[in-house]
Amino acid sequence: MKKDIILKVEGLKTYFNTDEGVVKAVDGVSFELSKGETLGLVGESGSGKSVSNLSIMSLIPSPPGKIMGGKVLFGDKSIFDLSEEEMRNIRGGKIGMIFQDPMTSLNPFLRISTQMVETIVLHKKVSKHEAKKRAIEMLDLVGIPKAYDRINDYPHQFSGGMRQRVMIAMALSCDPEVLIADEPTSALDVTIQAQILELIQSLSKKLGTAVIMITHDLGVVAGMCDNVNVMYAGRIVEKGTNDEIFADPKHPYTQGLIKSVPRLDKPKQKRLYSIEGQPPNVIDLPECCPFFPRCEFAMDKCKTAYPPVTKFGDTREVSCWLYEEKTRGE
Amino acid sequence: MENKKTLLEVKDLQMHFPIESGVIIKKKVGAIRAVDGISFEVGEGETLGLVGESGCGKSTTARCVAQLHKPTAGSVFLEGNNLCTASKEDILRARMDMQMVFQDPYASLNPRMTAGNIIAEPLQIFKKRGVLNIGQKEIVEKVEGLMEKVGLSRFFRNRYPHEFSGGQRQRIGVARALALGPKIILADEPVSALDVSIQSQILNLLADFQQELNLSYLFIAHDLAVIQHISDRIAVMYLGKIMETADSLDLYKHPLHPYTEALLSAVPIPDPEIERNRHRIILTGDVPSPDTERHSCYFYDRCPKKMDKCAKSVPALVDMGGGHKVACFLHHAVSES
Repeated sequence: MKKDIILKVEGLKTYFNTDEGVVKAVDGVSFELSKGETLGLVGESGSGKSVSNLSIMSLIPSPPGKIMGGKVLFGDKSIFDLSEEEMRNIRGGKIGMIFQDPMTSLNPFLRISTQMVETIVLHKKVSKHEAKKRAIEMLDLVGIPKAYDRINDYPHQFSGGMRQRVMIAMALSCDPEVLIADEPTSALDVTIQAQILELIQSLSKKLGTAVIMITHDLGVVAGMCDNVNVMYAGRIVEKGTNDEIFADPKHPYTQGLIKSVPRLDKPKQKRLYSIEGQPPNVIDLPECCPFFPRCEFAMDKCKTAYPPVTKFGDTREVSCWLYEEKTRGE
Repeated sequence: MENKKTLLEVKDLQMHFPIESGVIIKKKVGAIRAVDGISFEVGEGETLGLVGESGCGKSTTARCVAQLHKPTAGSVFLEGNNLCTASKEDILRARMDMQMVFQDPYASLNPRMTAGNIIAEPLQIFKKRGVLNIGQKEIVEKVEGLMEKVGLSRFFRNRYPHEFSGGQRQRIGVARALALGPKIILADEPVSALDVSIQSQILNLLADFQQELNLSYLFIAHDLAVIQHISDRIAVMYLGKIMETADSLDLYKHPLHPYTEALLSAVPIPDPEIERNRHRIILTGDVPSPDTERHSCYFYDRCPKKMDKCAKSVPALVDMGGGHKVACFLHHAVSES
């Protein structure tokens, strides 16, 4: 159904051993990313969005973290079977990453040129001189004025939005096939956010890069993703195309999430819809639907087992007992 | 709005932070003009939303109103009393009517105090200073009442902040602000650090208290959708100036200032259908540094509709009818004196 799959995640499980118990940060996540696609990964803090992606990059600190199961296929290679050296070629080369906080992800002691040239020389096997030329080109592309001069500046000489542009330039400088953007705009103001999102969108189209967009902001997802995965407590609870998810959310959590955001385009309501209760503690989670204490449609069944995946058409998948009859009927 | 009594009035408020240089003998070499002459009013039971990007002076405004910073110029009237010239005693008394809720529920609660003691602290302080005549037993009762009111079990009284989630901590922060029975709450980004599903819980909680206690809010946020939801009136700030102020519906339907237009168009709307067909005004560049004195319109550098005139003088905030005020030469020709 999907063409040219470049990244495939199957049943990924990442657990952390802590003093209080085993934290199942990611518990059986599967998704596919095809060439040129923008995939949104939405969820609240602690839902496992970031950990899934750090696992894909094998960046989980171990101990305490441990990948307990599942496979990540990048092209035809299984990422967990690669040696550290091979992995280093992929990281930053074939898969680029943008982090949330542009201040902590750039080294404050090194000039931008040093940091960018290092990456390019490592992955592209070119001379330093050529690498610098490439770096200036990239800075130009992301819209840094006077890139030729500014490449010799230190990170603190750039504003937050500019630093995020530098991060994007760096991530894209080695022509990655996949770009993982982990909350790239959460630390930025709305007008700067609009600039950065537009930039990521236009560059990914131009360079044919597939993007995994991790965010908690439904508006960001609606604006730029092709497909959306909604995560809750370490699992994907709903998948679908962008339009399907927003027009017809099936999982009660997705429905609640969409309803609880105040909207500019809708008339003002007296009260906002709100999902009662707190997100669950993922330590020693029992085998049940983790959303049932907050769910308005909760049934007895929800307390005893995790719901199976129900498919609707080619693109939609929902994990909820409400749709279980449909599975049984087939 | 006109028939409501004015509770808080801010006039020409100015807060310049000095930039000093020199190792031993400090010399003032400049100033950060965080708030550069703003005026607004908040009526009884009304919510004024203050919105703008980081660094535009929203939080400094709130802190000046609460007299946590002594403003460099201008006045703050709470029920007719000018707090900027008031004695320490009077400010203390005024703080009973004016409380703050802060952004970061992790940093604004003392990690070494229990939830109960945190909520009781304002009461204890005012008791010690002799302003409030209240017994220890009453304090405990009051704290328990407040905890139930904000949706926390009173059995959590002896727990420490780290045992609560972000949303619950913000509930403690709200309870602490309510402890003295204030008339106005200055809420500085109270929901920005919270998850979407928790954010709506806290917004509803604040709305409920407003109805029940006829509270006023000065509500600060950078999220326009949140501001529109909670506010009766909105003031848009940029570089320490108010650019536009209007009723919340009016502002969203008919924004006049180019900055407001750009802000509104930059907010992502969770609907792919709308997002695809939207025309987005993308502002170029960043917010300039507020360390220079400006003789042009404050938004001049980034404005997509700038004219020659805008470089020469600062537009005044002029009422365009129905309380919709705007500081832009596209709509009037009045300069600031």
